[in-house]
Amino acid sequence: MTKTTNLKANKIIGVLNLQGAVTEHLNMLASIELVRPIAVKKPEQLCQLDGLIIPGGESTAISRLIRQNDLFEPIQAFAKQGKGIFGTCAGLVLCGTETSHNEVEQLGLIDIIVERNGFGRQINSFETVLDIAPIGQQIPAVFIRAPYIATAGKQVKPLAFVDNHCVMAEQDNILVCSFHPELTTDNGIMRYFVERC
Amino acid sequence: MKQHTGTQTVKRGMAQMQKGGVIMDVVNAEQAKIAEQAGAVAVMALERVPSDIRAAGGVARMADPTIVEEVMKAVTIPVMAKARIGHIVEARILESMGVDYIDESEVLTPADEQYHLLKDEFTVPFVCGCRDLGEALRRIGEGASMLRTKGEPGTGNIVEAVRHMRRVNEQIRLVVGKSKDELMTLAKEIGAPYELVLQIKQLGKLPVVNFAAGGVATPADAALMMQLGADGVFVGSGIFKSQNPEKFAKAIVQATTYFDDYPRLAELSKGLGEAMKGIEISKLTESERMQDRGW
Repeated sequence: MTKTTNLKANKIIGVLNLQGAVTEHLNMLASIELVRPIAVKKPEQLCQLDGLIIPGGESTAISRLIRQNDLFEPIQAFAKQGKGIFGTCAGLVLCGTETSHNEVEQLGLIDIIVERNGFGRQINSFETVLDIAPIGQQIPAVFIRAPYIATAGKQVKPLAFVDNHCVMAEQDNILVCSFHPELTTDNGIMRYFVERC
Repeated sequence: MKQHTGTQTVKRGMAQMQKGGVIMDVVNAEQAKIAEQAGAVAVMALERVPSDIRAAGGVARMADPTIVEEVMKAVTIPVMAKARIGHIVEARILESMGVDYIDESEVLTPADEQYHLLKDEFTVPFVCGCRDLGEALRRIGEGASMLRTKGEPGTGNIVEAVRHMRRVNEQIRLVVGKSKDELMTLAKEIGAPYELVLQIKQLGKLPVVNFAAGGVATPADAALMMQLGADGVFVGSGIFKSQNPEKFAKAIVQATTYFDDYPRLAELSKGLGEAMKGIEISKLTESERMQDRGW
């Protein structure tokens, strides 16, 4: 994995440590020079961060834990300050504004309507490669019971597609993807995120 | 671009997304919804929970597909289901129904007393039970994408779950501490594929997610298993055999995330009502011990 970025100073990047692929994100962040990754469980930890990753896991479970542990408003406030947030898979669902069922209480950080499990059940989960204009071509991507972005607001910039469904997008300081870069050995997407933090 | 389904990364990755979570046994749609609302990361659709399987006796088989389907329709979280050890057809039926994970489980009566399923050949991922590192690596060798230490299902007694989790982790440390030229003999002694023993030495941990199962009855039990190194917990009879399943389920989910926050665990454990009534392990006869099924 490439270590270098155009970072000029240390960045502290948090990974929301409630449930899901937390260590995978921490390990990938640790492969990047000048990045100090930390696991975040409590709202008071947010103030020391330059950016926050909401990792893949089960969006219903993570949304309950965010609410029950008083992280909902603090994460929204963190985003309002312009700090970088990256939501992967379940994280994308949580960052969105709307979804077809109501099991997940979303943070509403990026103007997208999300189709949860849009590509089907586990049996339909797949690996592929994607061209992501600002990052590169043939980027490996792992889709696990993945959601997609069904509709996006005007301010949202789509970054990648699978079968004409948008699977990665950004809006100002918020980046989301419906797949798992942390399950691959390519940290290009992660470097792109930390450079924006 | 080409899409590849059923790859090792996709199958193991699904289990990685469950880490830090609680997988709950349910027998109908209503229970499945309670589990989802409480924050379960998946549900295991069954005809009977293990403690009722014990009470009923006789041969325990794959659940009626109607129950599995009902649960799949009721919730948006992943749905797992159990097939008998070595029962190729039960497993293929569950796969064809689109179940998200199959548990090749000793809780059901084994269909084959010699061979487990060749799980590599399936697109759907499998979870299997283990009591020690050898058993864990044999199951991974056959293609299991996730493990769970067995414990003693349906007892509400954590002692066997603790024993198995400690044993697996102790043996991992043993492998890591050995020099490479000692590992072939060790592989022979524990009955594990040599290549996987080498992988343990290199990684310092199992190459797949390992949950704890079999006896988790309280939030403190769940937290204990997390402290002993479990990636998450299965709760079988513990939730819906308790007095207040909704409250119990929520508390176990919280306890699994905040497993080392003792004041919080104290709060969570207050006023939950009675947990399931447990069974002393020594009271079980040899044929009643589910953990000994599997080879």
